[in-house]
Amino acid sequence: MALLEITDLRTEIQLKDGVVHAVDGVTLHVDEGETLGVVGESGCGKTMTALTIMQLLPNGGRIAEGSVKLAGRELTGLKPDEMRKIRGDEIGMIFQDPLSSLNPTHTVGQQIAEAVLLHREVSKTEALDRAVEVLDLVGMPRARERITEYPHQFSGGMRQRVMIAMALACEPKLLIADEPTTALDVTIQKQILELIDNLRQRLGMAVIMVTHDLGVIAGRADRVAVMYAGKVVETTDTSALYANPRHPYTEALFHALPERSAETRERLYSIPGAPPDLVNPPAGCRFAPRCRYATDKCRTEPPALAGETTAHQYRCFFPVGAKEATVAGQLTVVEPAPSGDGETVAEQPVGGVVLAARELVKEFPVTRGMMQRKVGTVSAVAGVSFDIRQGETLGLVGESGCGKTTVGRMLVGLEKPTSGAVLFDGKDLARSSGRQYRRERRDIQYMFQDSYASLDPRMRAGSILREPLVVQGIGSRREQHDKVKEMLLKVGLPEAWTERYPHEFSGGQRQRLGFARALLLNPQVIVADEPVSALDVSVQAQVLNMMRDLQHELRLTYLFISHDLSVVRYLSNHIGVMYLGKLVEIGTADEVYLRSAHPYTKGLIESAPTADPATERAKVHEGITGELPSAIHPPSGCRFRTRCPIAQEICSTVEPELKAYGTANHFAACHFALQPPVEALTPPAAEQQVS
Amino acid sequence: MFEAQLIAASESELGLTLSTPPRGMFRRAWEVFAENKLALIGLGFIIFILLFCFVGPHLYVTNQTNTDLENYLCRPSASHLLGCDDLGYDELGRLMVGGQTSLEVGLAAALVSVLVGSLYGAISGFAGGIVDSIMMRIVDAGLSLPSLMVIIILSVIFHPTPEVIIFIIAIFYWFGVARLVRGETLALRSREYVQAVKVIGGRPIRSVVRHIVPNAIGTIIVQATFAVADAILTLSVLGFLTLGVAPPATDWGSMLEGGLNYIQGGNYWWLIYPPGVAIILTCIAFNFVGDALRDAFETRLQRR
Repeated sequence: MALLEITDLRTEIQLKDGVVHAVDGVTLHVDEGETLGVVGESGCGKTMTALTIMQLLPNGGRIAEGSVKLAGRELTGLKPDEMRKIRGDEIGMIFQDPLSSLNPTHTVGQQIAEAVLLHREVSKTEALDRAVEVLDLVGMPRARERITEYPHQFSGGMRQRVMIAMALACEPKLLIADEPTTALDVTIQKQILELIDNLRQRLGMAVIMVTHDLGVIAGRADRVAVMYAGKVVETTDTSALYANPRHPYTEALFHALPERSAETRERLYSIPGAPPDLVNPPAGCRFAPRCRYATDKCRTEPPALAGETTAHQYRCFFPVGAKEATVAGQLTVVEPAPSGDGETVAEQPVGGVVLAARELVKEFPVTRGMMQRKVGTVSAVAGVSFDIRQGETLGLVGESGCGKTTVGRMLVGLEKPTSGAVLFDGKDLARSSGRQYRRERRDIQYMFQDSYASLDPRMRAGSILREPLVVQGIGSRREQHDKVKEMLLKVGLPEAWTERYPHEFSGGQRQRLGFARALLLNPQVIVADEPVSALDVSVQAQVLNMMRDLQHELRLTYLFISHDLSVVRYLSNHIGVMYLGKLVEIGTADEVYLRSAHPYTKGLIESAPTADPATERAKVHEGITGELPSAIHPPSGCRFRTRCPIAQEICSTVEPELKAYGTANHFAACHFALQPPVEALTPPAAEQQVS
Repeated sequence: MFEAQLIAASESELGLTLSTPPRGMFRRAWEVFAENKLALIGLGFIIFILLFCFVGPHLYVTNQTNTDLENYLCRPSASHLLGCDDLGYDELGRLMVGGQTSLEVGLAAALVSVLVGSLYGAISGFAGGIVDSIMMRIVDAGLSLPSLMVIIILSVIFHPTPEVIIFIIAIFYWFGVARLVRGETLALRSREYVQAVKVIGGRPIRSVVRHIVPNAIGTIIVQATFAVADAILTLSVLGFLTLGVAPPATDWGSMLEGGLNYIQGGNYWWLIYPPGVAIILTCIAFNFVGDALRDAFETRLQRR
């Protein structure tokens, strides 16, 4: 029986200059005890649908039409008072950012108890007892002691557990999780997703999981609804959707995933353009302007949600997918387009070592009080060495706080190493100074994670791009302008856009702009810090393709820093894995990915969700437990030992050194590596000491 | 190359192209400003009061140097639209002349304090470390002085010409501006676009001149607007305590003080309300404009 039934729901938001049709005719249902996944890119109305169910609309928002029925009871006409009784009692909700959703001035115990007191006739003590009970339930260690602590005393993963505990305090029948793990590391993400799934089964509640990540719901959702521009464009069982997507948008989302092309290294398929403006949505199919199969019919006439069976429905006149999966005679399908655009980028020849890190160490002082007294040090990077060869890409992965960004910042000179050296073409960059130093800066450029923050909001794109040339005194004014225009075209932006300001670009376009700035000085090496982590998957594909094409064209060398293993694997020749300031494993992409020697690498790979229901369901209790320890007091010996499934006595006393494994240039630092070591090879740091 | 055309094409199909040519920072700021009705009224009033004080005396000519005891406290009439005060000065003409002093002192004091304060704050924030600590402790010390008392003492010691009063007010106002600009500079210094200058090999001075100052200018302009209102109020307080400019010159605060002696004796409303209302409306107008400017310089609120 359907627990939640949404019929033709329309939500409008009144703005100064128009009405946004944020949810535009959504029909969904969730059965008791089932998980419904809602996916789509940002701005497609998935969060707004969740907020409409809860009737937590932003200012100017209202439900224009349609019905929301919870266990047969109509919610849309309810008075605010009656709705308040349902929120938190019958429907619980988890938000994306647990820090801003918790009140920093109350203890977590009070906050959970508050939810109970609002809906149940209980005393304060009973409510606190209930708080301890639910905190226990969500896997909070020492729950009774921790209820008196404040939100800032908890880590990100633990805060999300508190949020879940709050949502579950009154045993809701329906839990809405809006991007519950987007702000978390993959290892913690896995723990939280498992927890939600576990609780769903134990408490028999239904879950709506809203996410942009096809991997997150692959192994957990029973059914999936794909949303685009305020409408559900496809809905069916998880396995059917992943095996045989019918809507071109769903298909494109899958084709844009880097993990699908990791082995073939084909260019990714990217959806051109951006989602439509929901103030004046296109008249026909909303996806038509970006669809590779669109015809005139698509552009004029909106398709209805239909399908060969009621179990698999989609809004498309020309569904794609496999013929044999259709009911004979009822459906004609468009020939499936090849994933990617068929072109494989040839591997470029790899030259000698251009950039090398030698025993890089970075420690930040921890100070306290007025006099800035030093009370300790954060060991952000603790002796990292690696080589990057001309024309190759080294990917650096690890959880947040592992020191990968600090390594990148030291390479480009934004951070001074506490000890160790950065060698460019064999020369120590830290030794030169003044004019010479500034000249040498040209060769290693940096691409920032947040392109919006790294572009001066008061400067036009043209001035932003011209700045590196002006600073380095390259060319006349005229030549500089020509060079800027040429570079804009190179990164795939119209040359007329030099007059625009950064906020007039979309996220992906800003990232192109940031890349163009990095390229203008003709650098040899580009350090890219999480360049695609803030982008939607289709836009991510555009940027990855561009980076790959230009690497080939300009013979660039990349250090690619990311927390997303699938992206790193797609782009990199070599992968380095960092944990708490240490490089624990480094080797060719396939070696590290397929034949990992370090248990941390293996755990990371297993924690990362893949967009394949079969694989996801198969790996049940794997991944890494626990959380990253503090870098102020890192564990003795092997830093990973506190979370390692195979740690033994020796791991806490002796620090493992990098040893060679498997084939060429594969090193890992572990006493009990998952592979037998090879004696012959020496790691890059040792080479240096010998010579 | 091909991708560039594709992006442009799909953008125009989706109606995302810019309908208007890109405009400069001040132009876009004005568009946001113009949406705020209160601010427009405030701006209109400021223009009106400036015209009233500086152009008005040429149209409505009165004698503001010699006393005229025949017209002692005369009621409003055709020859004296707002009556006269206890020395026989025409009240409307006096309001214009007094307004000149109030506005001149207000604007000049705000300008001086904002210039000094911004420079001091920017240097302190960008230098950081021990220099910043010392410079800010000086500001802390300044802010902990009871400003009104010191201002009163200073204006007793020095002969109160408008220049002296500008100086006295500015001395106390710049501390606040310095602290604000220093905070802004600290925040801007860690922005990625300021760090980006370092990566492309630029000197620190470039970060300050090309990136930090233009991005702090909004805060500075807003602060300057509020400073004008504050300075006018401080001058009125001094005038009210008979420490304002020396007669026959006057300001709104001194006029208010002059009228106070007659508040109980009879119905001499024209001595109290005109200067009082002028002070209140001018300060409110500057505050409205300041509020709207704060929004106007917030890039996120500007439309593409």
